[in-house]
Amino acid sequence: MHLRKTYTSIRQLTKATCTVQAEGVGNEELALVGGKLAQVVKLNGDRVTLQVFGGTEGLFTDTPVQFLGAAPSLHVGPDLIGRFFNAYGQPIDGGPAPEGEEREIGGPTVNPVRREQPHQLIATGIAGIDLNNTLVAGQKIPFFADADQPYNEVMATVALRAKADKIVLGGMGLTNDDYRYFRQRFESAGVLDRIVGFINTTEDPPVERLLVPDMALTAAEHFAVDHGEQVLVLLTDMTLYADALSIVANRMDQIPSKDSMPGSLYSDLARLYEKAAQFPDGGSITIIAVTTLSEGDITHAIPDNTGYITEGQLFLRQDSEVGKVIVDPFRSLSRLKQLVIGRQTREDHPQVMNAAVRLYADASNARTKRENGFDLTDYDERTLAFARGYARDILAVDVNLDTNSMLDKAWELFAQHFRPQELGIKENLIETYLPKVPAG
Amino acid sequence: MASENPQHQDGSTQGATTGVVQGITANLLQVRVDKPVAQNEIGYVQVEDREQGHIELMGEVIKYGDGLASVQVFDSTRGIEVGTTVRFSTSLLEVTLGPGMLSKEYDGLQNDLRAIDGVFLKRGSRSRALDPDAEWAVKPLVANGDAVYAGDWLAESEENQLPHRVLAPLDLEGQWTVRSIIGEGRIKASEELAVLENGEGQTRSVSMIQRWPVKIPVRAHVDKPRPHRLLETGVRTMDTLHPMLEGGTGFIPGPFGSGKTVLQHAISKQADADIVIVAACGERANEVVEIFNEFPELDDPRTGRKLMERTIIIANTSNMPVAAREASVYTAMTIGEFYRQMGLRVLLLADSTSRWAQALREMSNRLEDLPGPDAFPMDLSATIANFYARAGTVVLRNGKKGAITFIGTVSPAGGNLKEPVTEATKKATRCFYALSQGRADSKRYPAVDPIQSYSKYLEYPEFLAYAEANLSDRYAEQAAEMKNVLLRGSEARDQINILGDDGVPLDYHVRFWRDELLDFAILQQDAFDDVDQMTPMQRQLDMAATVLDICREDFDFAGFEAVSAFYKDLINAFRQWNYAPLDSEEFARQRERIAKLVREQREGQTSDNTAPSTAADQPTASAS
Repeated sequence: MHLRKTYTSIRQLTKATCTVQAEGVGNEELALVGGKLAQVVKLNGDRVTLQVFGGTEGLFTDTPVQFLGAAPSLHVGPDLIGRFFNAYGQPIDGGPAPEGEEREIGGPTVNPVRREQPHQLIATGIAGIDLNNTLVAGQKIPFFADADQPYNEVMATVALRAKADKIVLGGMGLTNDDYRYFRQRFESAGVLDRIVGFINTTEDPPVERLLVPDMALTAAEHFAVDHGEQVLVLLTDMTLYADALSIVANRMDQIPSKDSMPGSLYSDLARLYEKAAQFPDGGSITIIAVTTLSEGDITHAIPDNTGYITEGQLFLRQDSEVGKVIVDPFRSLSRLKQLVIGRQTREDHPQVMNAAVRLYADASNARTKRENGFDLTDYDERTLAFARGYARDILAVDVNLDTNSMLDKAWELFAQHFRPQELGIKENLIETYLPKVPAG
Repeated sequence: MASENPQHQDGSTQGATTGVVQGITANLLQVRVDKPVAQNEIGYVQVEDREQGHIELMGEVIKYGDGLASVQVFDSTRGIEVGTTVRFSTSLLEVTLGPGMLSKEYDGLQNDLRAIDGVFLKRGSRSRALDPDAEWAVKPLVANGDAVYAGDWLAESEENQLPHRVLAPLDLEGQWTVRSIIGEGRIKASEELAVLENGEGQTRSVSMIQRWPVKIPVRAHVDKPRPHRLLETGVRTMDTLHPMLEGGTGFIPGPFGSGKTVLQHAISKQADADIVIVAACGERANEVVEIFNEFPELDDPRTGRKLMERTIIIANTSNMPVAAREASVYTAMTIGEFYRQMGLRVLLLADSTSRWAQALREMSNRLEDLPGPDAFPMDLSATIANFYARAGTVVLRNGKKGAITFIGTVSPAGGNLKEPVTEATKKATRCFYALSQGRADSKRYPAVDPIQSYSKYLEYPEFLAYAEANLSDRYAEQAAEMKNVLLRGSEARDQINILGDDGVPLDYHVRFWRDELLDFAILQQDAFDDVDQMTPMQRQLDMAATVLDICREDFDFAGFEAVSAFYKDLINAFRQWNYAPLDSEEFARQRERIAKLVREQREGQTSDNTAPSTAADQPTASAS
């Protein structure tokens, strides 16, 4: 990065932006305003408006503005591995600055005709995912979660169990406690050699977090495209990212659309999520994100736009019957599961999945019936017993099984509680897989 | 060059205007110009890219005021400086029309995506829409001295076994005379095929290739009658209940996860059209990849050729530049108009028009226009109406007909159908296929809500006459009767839910189960099953008549349990029937099973139900 001329005539200051008189400046170029990093967001003649990531507190009207001649970039290479950086790609773990090829972040999009159709299953050991909502390399999927749900813990579990070559964590507005939690979990699991982190905590200025996903995805593209690796990108929390977008849009006097979000929210989010891809030479980027909800409201602009972009969504839920957190089998959806289930997994997978979810739904109806004071039939009682076993031994997120064991367990429960005709499963599968003598 | 293109006062296109960038906000440039520019004129921004060196970025003038042209750039504006040069082209945004477009995959600006190197789309990447050097066998359709008008057929060729007519330039004004025309033989697409002359002695050389500005409708037809022919899709809830017509318009709104894309893909695979154009507008890239992968493999159910051979894909996925997304639907429509002018029947699908509307909103926002509802531009409704109006059946000067059927999807924000894009589209279209979250949640696919949805074509006397002559003399009556069964069923369901099973007369249970029978037997369809995914019209008519006969019959039931037991068995039998290939042994067997169930119920014998039927509760298809 070559340094360029310094300007000292700031014409306007707002909470997040400053406007300086300058020449020869490129759009989206970086600058240092009194040592704070800033990016060009608007040019009008010789008036250059900069978005100051760290906030404009304490800037003088004659504070020097130094343009850096380039858009934000990241040095990519092996130096990134095992390290934690801030939103600008500077180390926050006490280590040296990484060396390597400098790449502008927010690079071009993949030519759709060069994409491969996602085809490689990602196993997580969590039945709510592997059995009911199977993930596929190259997919993008968020957890839709309320603030009090353990989404970061579940995401860390998913990341550790998925056999990814690299895990890139993009933390936006992460509390310091959660940041420490992720670091500690990765360290104690001994997987730091697969981790790269870009972290913006609640202690950092909110506008900085706009850089985090692009930093994380630029690193991910390096590993996936240059080295053909399977990369898993974790983005938490995208709601706070969108909030930062709306702060900047507001300061720029843009007309807000639904829920005070900028009109470009869909495109802004899609630009990031669509970086998930299966590349032709074997590498892949899979994005698992978190979108926190306000009391479960998925019609808010952020989850709504996200749902139209991502390939499904995962909901967490407390199953009160067994007191465990499960991945909600009703509202969760993986749009890509059809590409792998019953093909890369056992032939009975699709039918077992549907049958179990249907019986679990029957149990939920039975519960409502019971709560309303109606008598339960024998079938109702059996579905309730099945649902308890299904939630406790298969669905609970702390259970770790491979897919075949999940299927076998499900068959055991079927045999314990139901007659074959009640399962609605093709006869040849029942013949092959249903235990003849009910277990236990 | 089309006459709609801007020409400067001196009539020349030489010395086109250049301008200098004065300001930049996101992808909108303010460009100082001291010579004329035209609204919607294309300009090229001369950029020094850090990696690629000198590149040109395409942009379009969308506003002018006091020497400043507002140019929306179809690419990232990173690194553009105040003082950067913009060269204006004197052309509007145009597409290239000619042979060699079928089975191509274009971006929103008609760049051939396969012809662009590399995994990533570097900015400024451009490629040719079709090969001007490709040779085609042609046969003249006019002779020297013949009078021709814009859009007349000069010669005929063939592409992928479909006729390809060489059109007289679409921008010809008045009558022209053929001065020369080549004989039967092979020529390159870009070679001179004919020379035309007008009354003032001007001559015009014509090849197989011409260009046309996308935002201007092609109007080289003599008449635009109301649609009257059914567009058969094989999707029962459409063909049987809410018919789409050739040259008609319709839209599919639905919240995410309700199966919009699956339904659109089904229509694009099965519809009875010569040419299918799919505009993937601001949607997921992996969904387009699915088309790229599947269509070259799948057979066209009517011709037996590969689906891809009759398909053109315009892929402007959600991460591609927003301004190009706005252009993509126009690109698709213009290509459709070109084939319609050849007398072909085109089906145009756009997924999703909401993303197009959002692109309009982003631009109007940057132009600081006063916003309308939900910050959309005030003229959104007019823009949508004008666009849908480009579809339709036309009569050409030679008496032949061509058609564009246009079906768009709408992605309503928050699943709320009272938002501006849905409301504006509802006014502009004749068919409404509302996807319901409730149906999707209970896995009743396609999740088209049979009560909310409608086809205005059921009120067209032209269509009713056609249906009577070609489908069934009771077609419209049946559709109305089915709708009535569904309506009464849903009323009964509400009452049962409020008053309980015992609290309502038995008749309510019968009504409810007739609705369920119709739903499971006809409305629901398994898009992933080889047989069930596409039902030929004759089979649909047969099914409708069979189901309605049962719905009309009053059986004696002992109690509401007996009602549900009977209809559950029937539903199961109908579903097995649906999975059976037409005229197979299984087909006959299941049909007989249905007849037997009905007979037994009529005669008061209860079939022994030792094995409770569960098949009826099974999800028909998955959400994705």
